[in-house]
Amino acid sequence: MLCQECGEREASLHFTKIINGEKTEFHICDVCAKDKGEYLPGGKSFSIHQLLSGLLDANQPFSQTAKQRSSQKPRPQLRCESCGMTYKQFADIGRFGCADCYQHFDQKLDPVLKRIHGGNSVHGGKIPKRRGKDMHVYREIETLKQQMQEQIEAEEFEQAAETRDKIRSLEETVQKKGGDAS
Amino acid sequence: MTLQSFMNDAISPWMKNEGPEADIAISSRVRLARNLSDVPFPIVAKEDQLRNILEQTNTVCHEKSREPFGQFSLLRMEELSDNQKRVLVEKHLMSPNLTGDAAGRGLLLSEDESISVMVNEEDHFRIQCLLSGFQLEEGLKHAELMDDWLEEELDFAFDERRGYLTSCPTNVGTGLRSSVMMHLPALVLTNQLNRILPAINQLGLVVRGIYGEGSEALGNLYQISNQTTLGQDEREIIKDLSSVVSQMIQHERAAREQLMQNSPLKLEDRIYRSYGALLYSRTIETKEAMERLSDVRLGIDMGIIQQVKGSILNELMVMTQPGFLQQYAGAALSASERDQRRASLIRERLQLEEDSDNNDGGASR
Repeated sequence: MLCQECGEREASLHFTKIINGEKTEFHICDVCAKDKGEYLPGGKSFSIHQLLSGLLDANQPFSQTAKQRSSQKPRPQLRCESCGMTYKQFADIGRFGCADCYQHFDQKLDPVLKRIHGGNSVHGGKIPKRRGKDMHVYREIETLKQQMQEQIEAEEFEQAAETRDKIRSLEETVQKKGGDAS
Repeated sequence: MTLQSFMNDAISPWMKNEGPEADIAISSRVRLARNLSDVPFPIVAKEDQLRNILEQTNTVCHEKSREPFGQFSLLRMEELSDNQKRVLVEKHLMSPNLTGDAAGRGLLLSEDESISVMVNEEDHFRIQCLLSGFQLEEGLKHAELMDDWLEEELDFAFDERRGYLTSCPTNVGTGLRSSVMMHLPALVLTNQLNRILPAINQLGLVVRGIYGEGSEALGNLYQISNQTTLGQDEREIIKDLSSVVSQMIQHERAAREQLMQNSPLKLEDRIYRSYGALLYSRTIETKEAMERLSDVRLGIDMGIIQQVKGSILNELMVMTQPGFLQQYAGAALSASERDQRRASLIRERLQLEEDSDNNDGGASR
């Protein structure tokens, strides 16, 4: 498709603007996009936090029209009980207020994190040495549980039973340790 | 201040030990973001909470020695002048964000300046390891040692599912941002970089100019870093970045050979013109200075210019930044004064090289 501004170059930027239910489409090339600059999303004036706040917007689907939006029932505002930040504020500035925000906004985070981190929403890296002693074991239990589920779905019941036994013995070691400490 | 002692200040000790592939991969940086579990993040925290964290850091690290980093010192932002802060930014030891509100903000610095910890920037702690050349794994090892040391005394915010919790959701998980600063003049000259960059972005890596987010690529210097921090293990993240960087190094070397074979005269002409401009100009802007230095550095790497040391780009790159020039002058300078100072500083520095080269009887300029 050719750029609708200059009609010379291949259009590389395609976007749809919907204002009050009225839909407009643009197809333009890089060069013309730069000329238009500020009027377009992705222009230089956009900071990472502004971009993020677009991703985090509470009333998500971008294509919703104003009419549909207003017909939605107002939902109770999500708020972090520890630092008082609301989800709306978080979405506006693109940053959490404290560590507990992650808990309080949890129901909304999976899609957000997946979009930012290439489809991932669960940590797979380092675990702190002192604070995270048992977490190594818990992590293994988690993967085994997933494995068991897959085995059940594939009707490999014998293997699933073996996996279940592994999970049990791991769970026992963690509980025992906890019991010793108390 | 003499030129010699000023140079000592401009060059962090870590820069002097030239790392592997340092002619193309100038430096490697690994950063870990960490926060305390029971204090709000810096954007929300009150001033006394921030001050508390700074004092805690002081108790844990200040004037203590830790292998292999040596002694640590804590710089309180409130006690530094604007220009001193600017110099720290130009040396890449801290980000411009730390130069704003100074209350409760600080920078913990190891003796050789290879490890630094920004306190109360966007996160409570940002551990950074800077090494010369292509040494991401070594950088990660050092940053993790520092992380473990801090974790012995401090309770970091960590969640089983989300990993290390950070103020910005783009850092959550490992909190790891790793990057390599690369000098890619031949890929730029042969117009190959434009083709390579989009491919790099598709691999989940980001390419930026030398002063980070939103900064322009000056002097053919590009910073390549990982974008995602959640899901992968630290070593996998580093491995992915490393494999792209090694490929870029190979491409750059191939492009240099290609230039040498196809248009040796044009190349030599370009390099010597730039060398001449640096040797004789009386006023020069940052942008031009960086471009000329890049050409000369290329000439040195390719053996065309032999009387100047290769590390000169690293040195002058830092020394000719506005903050450093003002530090050297001991006063605030206008833009045109800076351009003049910059030109004379470069002339003096190159003269130093020529003199040491001509020590055994050569004529001086």
